[in-house]
Amino acid sequence: MRYAMAVDTRKCVGCSDCVVACQTENNVPIGFCRDWVIEVMDGTYPQLEMEIRSERCNHCANAPCVRCCPTGASRIEEGGIVAVEHNVCIGCGACIASCPYDARYPHPAGYVDKCTFCIHRIRNGMTPACVDVCPTKCLYFGDLDDRNSDITAVLKRRKSKTLIPEAGTDPHLYFLK
Amino acid sequence: MKEELIVSGRMNQLVDPHLHIWHWQISIYLFLGGMAAGILAIAALYYIRGREKDYSTAVRITPFLAPVLLILGLIALFIDLRHKLFFWQLYTNIKLQSPMSWGAWTLMVITPVSFIWCALHINDIFPKWDWKFKWLFDLEVFFRKYKKALAWVMLVYAIILGIYTGILLSAFNARPLWNTSILGPLFLTSGLSAGAAVTLILSRNKAERKQFARIDLVLIGIELFLIIHMFMGFLASTQVQIEAAKMFLGGPYTMSFWIFVVILGMLVPAILEIMELGKFNVPVLMPAILVIFGSLMLRFVIVYAGQMSRWLY
Repeated sequence: MRYAMAVDTRKCVGCSDCVVACQTENNVPIGFCRDWVIEVMDGTYPQLEMEIRSERCNHCANAPCVRCCPTGASRIEEGGIVAVEHNVCIGCGACIASCPYDARYPHPAGYVDKCTFCIHRIRNGMTPACVDVCPTKCLYFGDLDDRNSDITAVLKRRKSKTLIPEAGTDPHLYFLK
Repeated sequence: MKEELIVSGRMNQLVDPHLHIWHWQISIYLFLGGMAAGILAIAALYYIRGREKDYSTAVRITPFLAPVLLILGLIALFIDLRHKLFFWQLYTNIKLQSPMSWGAWTLMVITPVSFIWCALHINDIFPKWDWKFKWLFDLEVFFRKYKKALAWVMLVYAIILGIYTGILLSAFNARPLWNTSILGPLFLTSGLSAGAAVTLILSRNKAERKQFARIDLVLIGIELFLIIHMFMGFLASTQVQIEAAKMFLGGPYTMSFWIFVVILGMLVPAILEIMELGKFNVPVLMPAILVIFGSLMLRFVIVYAGQMSRWLY
């Protein structure tokens, strides 16, 4: 089982519903977020190109945050989901410094927090909150090892990219071009 | 032309516009830990080589600072933790891939060893010292019997501690400035040179001071060599590391690095020490304090600049 998410950059309108849904679902403290939207403008007027990306933790297979965690609080759960066990985390910040995507933040309660692909929802057979709420249905979530899953189909059909694969992290967040 | 805009959500003030997760606590700790490592490594080395008589300050007196520095460093580390009451989780796990885990366990060994080393030399500072309890006295006798082994443990762990202060940062490939293996040897050398500078201040023996001025001079030479190699490595590497190097070559950290770390912390004390080894009479305090100051500034500059360097995407 390898969970992954794909973001259709052609369908995403940057409405930030995914951000709000995540903050509500996971009780993210005000002033922080586990996912966010980035708008990249490329080119010179009038030849302009825009890409909108809903970003979050890449749930790397070779996760630097898991490697550098001194207590084992950052760990890889079922399906390759990278998660933090709050009661083991000492809040040293090493994982935050180690993430090339800056996907982690220190929760005001002390521990480090991040996107979990809504692991509590997945375990109950649901999809992550951001995927559920997306009004343009531009987020795909599923198991890469399952041939019949939405994500395997869409990744087969469309061209996609990952963010800074050269950082050697083997990220599992795909962006459809 | 490419313009990137964060349109929503990403308001994590500790991550944007660039990381600021580690502050003065980490810089101070890296400095204190490095200096303690330097002091203990030099003391152990000279003891093992049987030069205790010649360099008695370095072997007997200076190590008394090490436990103090280590404890202050540990306090700084503790202040840095955000989930403080769970700090003990460090000692329920051994994570071989995590430099911080290595550091935590190294400190667990080197701190008691430094206390024992001081206990064995306490009569040099307080001639009338009495352990009061027999078991403490027995303990001293026990460790005195195995002092050579203790010195070896201290040497090895002091070197691990000195290198680890650099590797702690260099293990992060997410921060291109830190991600260079030169940082380990550079911080070790800088720690050793700060440790030698402390002995230079404390020693009253002319021959010993001369020797430590010489040691400091060699170490400064090695440091300069490593710094040049670090920049050569950066400039011959990928775009992200070139950008990282540019922070020091015209970027925001140019002044603080070249003036405080290289000129005031290395070149000026080196010149003063050369003059002292020659015929001039230079107050020994000056080069020594400059070396320690340079060592501190190196930690500050690298810790803060590293958090500004990042991948481009």
